[in-house]
Amino acid sequence: MITSPTSTTDSPAAAGDAPAVVLDALRRDFAVRSRRPGSLRRERRTVRAVDDLTLTVRRGEAVGFVGANGAGKSTTIKMMTGILRPTSGSVSVLGREPVPERRHLAREIGVVFGQRSQLWWDLPLRESYRILAAMHRLTDSARERRLERLVEGLGLEEFLDRPVRQLSLGQRMRGEVAAALLHSPALVVLDEPTIGLDMVSKEGLRRFLQEDRAERGTTLFLTTHDMGDVERLCERIAVVNHGSVAFDGTITAFREHLDSPRELIVDLAEPRETLALPAGAATDAVEAEGIRHRIRFSGTALTVPALLEAIGAQASIRDLALTEPAIEDLVRQVYARGKEPARGAGPGDEPDQGPDRA
Amino acid sequence: MADHARSTPAASAARAERPLSLPRVMGLLYASRIRSQASFRTSFVADVLGQMLVVGTEFLELWVILSQVGVLGGMALTQVAVVYGLGALAFGLADLFFGEIDGLSTMVRSGKLETLLIRPLPVLLQISSMDLSLRRLGRILVGLSTYVIALVVAGFSPTPLTLLLALTAPLAGAAVFAALLTTAGAMQFWLVDGREFANAFTYGGNYVATNPGAVFPLPLRAFFTFVVPATLIAYAPTLTLLDLPGPALIPAWSGWLGVPAGILTWTLASLLWRAGVRRYTGAGG
Repeated sequence: MITSPTSTTDSPAAAGDAPAVVLDALRRDFAVRSRRPGSLRRERRTVRAVDDLTLTVRRGEAVGFVGANGAGKSTTIKMMTGILRPTSGSVSVLGREPVPERRHLAREIGVVFGQRSQLWWDLPLRESYRILAAMHRLTDSARERRLERLVEGLGLEEFLDRPVRQLSLGQRMRGEVAAALLHSPALVVLDEPTIGLDMVSKEGLRRFLQEDRAERGTTLFLTTHDMGDVERLCERIAVVNHGSVAFDGTITAFREHLDSPRELIVDLAEPRETLALPAGAATDAVEAEGIRHRIRFSGTALTVPALLEAIGAQASIRDLALTEPAIEDLVRQVYARGKEPARGAGPGDEPDQGPDRA
Repeated sequence: MADHARSTPAASAARAERPLSLPRVMGLLYASRIRSQASFRTSFVADVLGQMLVVGTEFLELWVILSQVGVLGGMALTQVAVVYGLGALAFGLADLFFGEIDGLSTMVRSGKLETLLIRPLPVLLQISSMDLSLRRLGRILVGLSTYVIALVVAGFSPTPLTLLLALTAPLAGAAVFAALLTTAGAMQFWLVDGREFANAFTYGGNYVATNPGAVFPLPLRAFFTFVVPATLIAYAPTLTLLDLPGPALIPAWSGWLGVPAGILTWTLASLLWRAGVRRYTGAGG
């Protein structure tokens, strides 16, 4: 297992003593029954969805929990919310044991399942909130106060009185997020909140989640296929592969840890055929008759200022651009290095980026 | 309370104001369902009338039989009508609140159940309020009017005690049916395609309940009295109300067993339901 120091994140101090989430050697098996062709007997085999997963999330932190389809993300969330009992190991969420204290915990956490609705299909959005507020035993004034903030922050005003079945996907997702945040939960769990959304809707949703977190000091636990979500919302990333944590640390540490080459593009004032570069850097290509140089360098071996200084000593720089490696590629690298390379990321396991209908 | 201190300030402040009681929460939930359905007035009226027609046709069947044989299971038409009306009323009430629970396997498969599990209200109450369907009022209306009219025509002479029975019998019967429906729903935690199997007990129970228990052969009568107490819902109370002698296994005084049967079946149903939910969290659908 690849590990990295997790102390790099400084979470804002939040109320309460217990950490938001403690997963300790968590394991979950499923029994799968399948029928062999030609045989009447059904075969029973065990599939391990979550395997020895250990992760602690402090209050106020925002963690991106990423991994391919079938990596164990959803199963982990189900164990955190009390929907599933762990096969072994332990889960503690806001100091509670999720399965036995499921209904109690439900008052303190807000969950968005991107692919299932918790709104009432045939009722106006406003009515869904009335029902949910009643379930959470909110008084009328508490509900109105909170709803006002959510309506404003998520832009629900124009369709608040429309039945949910008539809403567009983007509108419905904003409605779902408001439903999960209505009771002001201390921990917000988002399972693929932006799946299928266009860029504008995604951006609006991310902005409000950030605002709400800043206002209330909420802990955010997010699974996603969209690395943009992680980069915008989380300071910490946990990559899960084959049911256990393959990486846990800050996004910066994540990039450095994998040491993927970064690329520096410099445009020189005067054309130059070659640049002498320090160890750890190499010229990839020279374009525009010696004006543009593409330089690959290792983020751990060399800092950008040192590299620039070396180049600056030889030529004057007119313009420069620095590209960061995409997190998708980095996650793929984690998989490739995973502890079970034989079952490594095949094409079917690739993260599905979802349709971006801008 | 410690847990309140731990939740966010806004939430705990809200709860400190005036926490809603569970009955009030349920009232709000049912009211919201009724509002939403009543807003489609034409389809609501058509639905109710349609159901009344269906239930009325069922009774027509009994009427045709009785016009040929005169007496069914020792009862004349008006007496059979009391049984029928009482059974239909009890089933209608139970169906109104628990009618959709037999669709549990669909909820398990679609993942809907998971969204119910993450809310702070018992899942059974959520399903009950989620699917409150007002078209079921049709059965209740037919049952109620048949029950009242038939009682009067059959010459029911109330004493305080029998009047109490006449009033509680539909409710006790509804409780028994509701428990049967819940049991049928809970069974689907084990049998994913168990809807038809489960319906055999609930709708089968409804058929037995709306007929004079004496028409059934003894083993069947025993099963629908001691295992699935369908005969105790309408037939036995009718015997007591109209002061008729009962057949073997169902004496006239068994009309008073509706409430105990309701309590007993509900105890078993809620235990089974809990075990079902526990199985779901253990197996994961």
